[in-house]
Order: sequence, then structure tokens, then C-alpha cells
Amino acid sequence: MGEIWAGLSEAFRLLVTLDGDLVQITLRSLQVTLTALIIASAIALPLAALLAVRRFRFRRGVIAVLNALMGLPPVVVGLVVYVMLSRSGPFGVLGLLFTPTAMIIAQVIIIVPLIASIAHQSLRDLWSEYHDLLISMNVTQAQKIRTLLWDARRALLTAALAGFGRGIGEVGAIMIVGGNIDNATRVLTTAIALETGRGDFALALGLGIVLIVLAITVNLAIHWLSRTEQEGRW
Amino acid sequence: MNLFPLKVRGAQTARRGKVLVGPVDLDLRGAGVTVVMGPNGSGKTTLLRLLHGAARLTGGRIDWACGEQEARSRQGFVFQRPVMLRRTVLDNLMYPLRMRGTAKADAQEQAQEWAGRVGLDKMLGRMAPNLSGGEQQKLALARAMITQPQVLFMDEPTAALDGRATREVEAVIRAARASGTQLIVSTHDMGQARRLADEVLFLLHGQVTEHSPARAFFDAPGSMQARAFLRGDIVE
Repeated sequence: MGEIWAGLSEAFRLLVTLDGDLVQITLRSLQVTLTALIIASAIALPLAALLAVRRFRFRRGVIAVLNALMGLPPVVVGLVVYVMLSRSGPFGVLGLLFTPTAMIIAQVIIIVPLIASIAHQSLRDLWSEYHDLLISMNVTQAQKIRTLLWDARRALLTAALAGFGRGIGEVGAIMIVGGNIDNATRVLTTAIALETGRGDFALALGLGIVLIVLAITVNLAIHWLSRTEQEGRW
Repeated sequence: MNLFPLKVRGAQTARRGKVLVGPVDLDLRGAGVTVVMGPNGSGKTTLLRLLHGAARLTGGRIDWACGEQEARSRQGFVFQRPVMLRRTVLDNLMYPLRMRGTAKADAQEQAQEWAGRVGLDKMLGRMAPNLSGGEQQKLALARAMITQPQVLFMDEPTAALDGRATREVEAVIRAARASGTQLIVSTHDMGQARRLADEVLFLLHGQVTEHSPARAFFDAPGSMQARAFLRGDIVE
């Protein structure tokens, strides 16, 4: 119990004093996860819409694989990305290992299936509602996809937020590919793991509370900006 | 270019080996309002979808005078249960125009004009799915008409509406006919068929069993089943 109180007071102190390290780590966490989220959304949302609209061979198989990949173990993703980016790997020449870019790549791989699967559920339902209308209007495939993405935008926001939640709380993959290097690749989750290992539970808890506050704040801010709860709107 | 005459030869649609409609042979010349009648399950909706190109043609031919692609772009379809885009009334009306490349300002102007024609001009900013059934159907009708289709298919457009909303929708249908749009309307509302029809197609078990001018059909139906249907008997 004492450690929890110590953690709370440490979190309070870090926040009130705007601790330099904390600010830097927090900004890096946001930078990595938000960048990964934007890239992952740009891949996952059109993919989900395409899977909803288009009928092709092995479509069910692709959807099943996508759903299965939601449970992709981050540590394995980290390991694969590490191998690919290490000096002896195919992309070693790019020198990306132990950089925020490597962390972004790992997070994109982890959250694309999650966003695509959740988005696909929403878009599939909307497509079954719109199907006859859009067919009767003779709109092109690209127009169908754009219409679905726009009209389901608030449901898609939920999918994106789920991706953000997974990314911001992720530790296994980014620890492997980022290396948790101070002033370079250390983010909130890897710092928590480090402080826990060192036995500084108060600081670890403090960072954990900051992480939770950050995740909730970003979610609320996005909901507020997109007015998801406004009456009569979607 | 005119879409008519429409020549249908042995057209049919089947699903999982079961023929839903057809084979159908028809010559439509664009008589104004063609009413498709028949008991439930006779294939009225499927026939409309087949003619519109929304149901797969599994046999025979459907030939519009101007070719299939051109014909599709000059048609509209109004469903029994109106499908509303999750947008405002204004955006719903603008949608088909924007999809055809009409400039935003132009589309907005036309949308406002059509909203006025169907009495929705005070509701432009409301979300379409929140409208009443009658308002939604009028919006669907205006949205289908805004591209000025030569042919408008309507699948039981007033089936779920009360008397007042039905009267308003029928007024829009009459205005559309007066402006030169050909309408192909399915209904099993006998009164509505009498009020609107210029010619009647009578369907039974997926087959067109009668195709005649409205007056001839209602005064002296050619088949026993059509006579029974008009009497209000149960036709199976």
C-alpha cells in the first residue's frame, strides 16, 4: 500500500515539476505511437473497406488471418523486426535498429491487424446497409470505399483509438528494436520496465500513472474533437 | 438518347439453382407509369432489380435502346425501405451529383431546389436517418430524381407510409411523370395502382402473366389469377 502512495506522490511530483526526463520520455512515447497510428490507419482503414466491398477468392481466408493477427505476440514482432533491421538482416544497411523509426515499424506491424479487424466489422455492417443504394447509383469502387470510410468515420475512430491503446502500452517489441536507450529510444513503457527491474517501484508506478493519464487524455481529446457523443450525429 | 424501347427476351435470375424470376419476355416503350403487380413473393422486387441491373442476369437478354452502361447511368431506384446515408438531408441530396462530378456549389443549389420540391427545405441540416418514414421516402425520391433519370424504378414506395405521406409521395411521382420520367413502380396497393398506372405488368410465380394498358387490365383482366387478385381473393 505504501508503494502505491509513494507512486502517486511521485507521479504528482513529476507532473507538477514538469520533470525534464519525464517530458522527454512522454513526448517520445507520443511521437512514436501517434506516428505509428497514422501510418497504420492509412494502411488498415482502406484495407478494411476493400475487404468489406470487394468479393474475391480467399477473401474469407484473408479476414480470418487478419483477425488471428490481432493476437500477434509483440515480442515475436520485435524479434522479427530486429532480425530484419540488424546489420546482417536485409534492411541492415538502413541503420534503423535502435532508433524511434524501428519502434514505429514494430508498432505499425502490431496495430495494423487490430485496426483493420475492428474497422472491417463496422464497415461490413455499413456496407450491408448501403449496398443496394450504392449499386443503384452506379458509383465506382473507389467512391464506395470513400463513402464507407467517411460515413463510418466515428466507428473507425474507435478502431484507431484501440490501436493507439495497444501501441502506447506496448513494451516487448519496442524494447527489442529500440533498446531502451536513454535520450534516444526510451519511452514510458520501457522506462517503467527499467525502473521496476531496478527496484524503484515508486518511480515505476509514477511513470505508470502518467502513462494512464496520457492514454485517457488522448482518448478524451479525440472524442471531444470529433464530437462522437453529440446528439443525432455519427 | 432514349432508353426505350426496352426489349427483354427470356431474361431470368436464379440463385443457388432456383429460378427467382423468369424467363421473362417483355417490350416496354415507356408508357409513363408502368405498375408491376402481383401477390407477395411473385417476384416484383426481383424483376425491378433485374431490369435495373442490380440482380444478376443468369439467362436471356435485357436490351435498352442505348446500351447497358448508358442505361444504368440514366436510371434511379427507390427502395421499399429507404436507405439513408448517415449524413444530413442536404448531403444526401448532393451525394449522387457529387459522385457524378458536379461542382459543390452547383450540387448544393440543386439539392436545395429538390428539397423544396418535396417539402424538406426546412430540414436540410437534419441527419437523414432521424427523419420520419414519410420524410425519408420523400428524400429518397428526391435523391433519385435529382440526377434527372429517364427511368425511375420504385419498389413499393409507399408500403410503410400513412395516408398523408402516401399522397405526398404520389404527388412527387405524378410530377416526375409530367416532367417526362418513365416510372416502373411495384405495388400491391390496388388503389395506388389504379391512381397511377398507365400500364400494368401482372406477375405470378416469377412470370409476367399479363402486360396490358391500365384500363384494360382493371376492366377486363385477361387471366383467371389476375381477376382473382383484383377481386381481393388469395392468389397463390
